[in-house]
Amino acid sequence: MDVYLKGFLIACKGIPTTVVVSLIAIVLGAALGLLLALCSQTKSKILQVIAKVYVDVIRGTPMLVQALIMAYGVPWLLQSWGSAFKWDNLGGLVVPAVIVCGCNSAAYMSEVIRSGIQAIDKGQMEAARSLGMTHGMAMRLIIIPQAVRVILPAFANEFVTLIKETSVLGYVGVVEILRRGQLWNSSSFETFPAYIGVALAYMILTIPLSKIINGYERKVARRESAA
Amino acid sequence: MSMIEIKGLEKSFGDLEVLKGIDQNVEEGEVLCIVGPSGSGKSTMLRCINRLEEPTAGEIYIDGELVTDKNIDSMRTKMGMVFQSFNLFPHKSVLENLTIGPLNVKKANEAEIKEKAMKLLERVGLAAKANEYPRNLSGGQQQRVAIARALAMDPEVILFDEPTSALDPEMVGEVLDVMKDLAKEGMTMVVVTHEMGFAKEVANKVIFMDGGYIVEQGTPDAVLNHPQEARTKDFLSKVLV
Repeated sequence: MDVYLKGFLIACKGIPTTVVVSLIAIVLGAALGLLLALCSQTKSKILQVIAKVYVDVIRGTPMLVQALIMAYGVPWLLQSWGSAFKWDNLGGLVVPAVIVCGCNSAAYMSEVIRSGIQAIDKGQMEAARSLGMTHGMAMRLIIIPQAVRVILPAFANEFVTLIKETSVLGYVGVVEILRRGQLWNSSSFETFPAYIGVALAYMILTIPLSKIINGYERKVARRESAA
Repeated sequence: MSMIEIKGLEKSFGDLEVLKGIDQNVEEGEVLCIVGPSGSGKSTMLRCINRLEEPTAGEIYIDGELVTDKNIDSMRTKMGMVFQSFNLFPHKSVLENLTIGPLNVKKANEAEIKEKAMKLLERVGLAAKANEYPRNLSGGQQQRVAIARALAMDPEVILFDEPTSALDPEMVGEVLDVMKDLAKEGMTMVVVTHEMGFAKEVANKVIFMDGGYIVEQGTPDAVLNHPQEARTKDFLSKVLV
């Protein structure tokens, strides 16, 4: 059994990296996602098209490919233009990893946020505007706070998905949970215990999170039915 | 100078012409009731006044000033609006519903506006509900809060869009009572309503709309008790059973 425990503990060493990358990425993704959602709701055709193309491109390509482009393709391109660009100079390959996870998550978050905003009764916007609020003020004070409650479970689900998706980052040199397991496997040849350890390490992150989401959804459902 | 001047107002939704040329003035302190069948354009006319609907043609003047896209936010602070479906902010307490506009739009002093909001809640009989959330209030109570919310902005005129149509019958009276008090205090009001009793008792002027036109207008007695036009007579015979 010791070898399984060892595999689990080694995989767990990757947890801080996975959690930090996921956390920064989800914040980046939420901010960028909100911006995209607002763009898709404006009257400006150009902003609408930009948001649409962004979402289509990101959702239409695997995150691993996006990570390879960002981590290796972009430096290659910049260097071919004569720049001395290297991710190492900016803090290492974890930087493009975070950027890619954030940008990827933003495309999914923007859809979640857009549907959350659309779920708010349009009378709310009218009431806010009739008090003399600008569109921006009404969004900030009235619409978005209500939309947040609607989208919180979907937001948390996106976070769970993101944690699992960061497993592709091992391919671009980030030593997170899966990469830890792979490295140990290639030196110890304890293949089954290594990957079981990796799976368990992901589960201790994702399962409590899912439980929290379910609890929140039940609480909201109870409150709604009581009202 | 009239408080509200409506000149040549037209509104179409796509091919559908809802307003076909409305001219109307509302004087300070006047209570104007707009009656008519559904689809006659009454609510659209009201919503064009504060530009919740953008007019297709025509002009609206408030205190002699033309309402445009540019000045609409400041113009709206002069016009309160009360909606059929209340539209209270569900994530804010009753008190916050009253203060959020003045605090953010007028940058009002927080202590002062809270005190004023409490007085307004007292006036509509809901001071005890200040810290409740809208979902815990009855429809009639919510609509009274919505009236207080409009008053908190110190408007010069309040627009009422069928304020009692979404209410259970036993709650209509409490809302109409608040509106009657407002009228007595000299508030300028434009009221789209199906409450003919209210119109007869409170209005200074009644207009009957049908098919996107003002068909008939005058004192409540003239329009509601002695209508001249066939369409008015027909409508009233259906609603005044």
